[in-house]
Amino acid sequence: MAYRYRSDLTRDDVTPKDVYLNRRQIMAGAGAMMGAGLLTGEARAQDAWDLTPTAYEDATSYNNFYEFGTDKGDPARNARMMTTEPWSVVIDGMVDRPGTYSFEDVVAGMTIEERIYRLRCVERWSMVIPWNGFELADLLDRVGVQSGARYVAFETLARPEEMPGLRVPIIEWPYREGLRLDEAMHPLTIMATGMYGEPLPNQNGAPIRLVVPWKYGYKSIKSIVRITLTDEQPPTAWNTYSAREYGFYSNVNPNRAHPRWSQEFERRVGGGLFARNIPTLMFNGYEEEVAALYEGMDLIVNH
Amino acid sequence: MAGSDRMTAGPGLVPAVNGALRRVPTWTLYVVGAAWAAWLFWLGLTGGLGAEPINELERRYGELAINLIVAGLAVTPLRRHVGLNFMPFRRAIGVLSFFFVIAHLLVWAVLDVQTLARVWADLLERPYITIGMAGFLLLLPLGLTSNDWSVRRLGGAAWRRLHRLVYPAAVLGALHYVWLAKGFQIEPLLYMAAILGLLALRFRPATRGGRA
Repeated sequence: MAYRYRSDLTRDDVTPKDVYLNRRQIMAGAGAMMGAGLLTGEARAQDAWDLTPTAYEDATSYNNFYEFGTDKGDPARNARMMTTEPWSVVIDGMVDRPGTYSFEDVVAGMTIEERIYRLRCVERWSMVIPWNGFELADLLDRVGVQSGARYVAFETLARPEEMPGLRVPIIEWPYREGLRLDEAMHPLTIMATGMYGEPLPNQNGAPIRLVVPWKYGYKSIKSIVRITLTDEQPPTAWNTYSAREYGFYSNVNPNRAHPRWSQEFERRVGGGLFARNIPTLMFNGYEEEVAALYEGMDLIVNH
Repeated sequence: MAGSDRMTAGPGLVPAVNGALRRVPTWTLYVVGAAWAAWLFWLGLTGGLGAEPINELERRYGELAINLIVAGLAVTPLRRHVGLNFMPFRRAIGVLSFFFVIAHLLVWAVLDVQTLARVWADLLERPYITIGMAGFLLLLPLGLTSNDWSVRRLGGAAWRRLHRLVYPAAVLGALHYVWLAKGFQIEPLLYMAAILGLLALRFRPATRGGRA
């Protein structure tokens, strides 16, 4: 059941490719002439409701994908080593039709639609990405979720010969994430196979990744090789590393500071050296859609 | 001079390097440092520091500062144990590291955090920022007294004692770096190890006539 969510933007709102490719040169040229980034005429988000998509170049060059290194540029430099064809996803646990599904099997029959979502990283930067993908609920319905299942666990590929970052135990590999079943079934939750109308670049989680727009970016696990339905809350990578800093829910919440930094503000990537901080929205601006999932819960305790 | 525990890198090499070093005027270091800072700022302005230039510039200035602090701490051990004499450049290295700490601090406060209220809140609530600021405050008197007039005014012994504040400042700087990293990252730990190692070289028992 696709199209259960409509954003008010379309492909026409996405910066055309020639414009974003030229943007850096324009910026460089203007900067050179005027000597000030403030005068480059760069459009900057005034608040977090702004859904102007991030430049493709920025969204594909500024990434966290620690399997390829911890520098923001490492994924774009190193992720090409990752083999994404063939690709298969193990779907197991409390499902009626467990098995190893090829990427083609996974997407077969799924309706790929575009979703323009905010992406808020726990590190306080944010983007707006036009994703192409299908609702996770559609996939879960197809494999048949058994009645006792309450959580969905995900796992990223961990292939040391193609992922230099795995040599360092920054977190426990493989990278793992999880959602409560109702979160996974929510119409906002998608499995993305593309962005900006093109297949996902490796550094953005090719060939298939999760996108949960009301949670911090690290919940949107990349390059998925396993999906497990379970009745217990699954261990997740950052939560295992430091539960105090990274909760299981990790809903975007400006009222709950990360122990080492405030989460009240964020900065849109691409705004240059003088980009302004903008207030972060509760549930990353998706409060209307998802607040009901957490009714009666203390979101500071269950962060 | 603790000439007895010198390990020379090869006959003639150390004197040759020292000879070459003597011909380099120290002001070149200031020029290179200032130009480097300006160049990084320019890159940030014109897209050369990637999609998020504020954080990148902040990090680059911070890394340069801690690299220079490590370099400054290495001057004495290099002379004592290797015989290389970078002593004429030590003040310039120290002043430049102070300069990059200030640049780092300014990018953090003005471009990154952006409001005074939040700068203050961060200082009070975020231990790694508190620690970084404490390190800066320790460096402040060193920066202000890195001139001949202050050395004369304070006298050599008092001046040297004061400038040992760089030891705790360096440790605080490394701790600041270790603490702000997300996950278990190697690089900040290497800086911490380098700084502790260089300090250990000074503080080992002075049985062989060396002076800390």
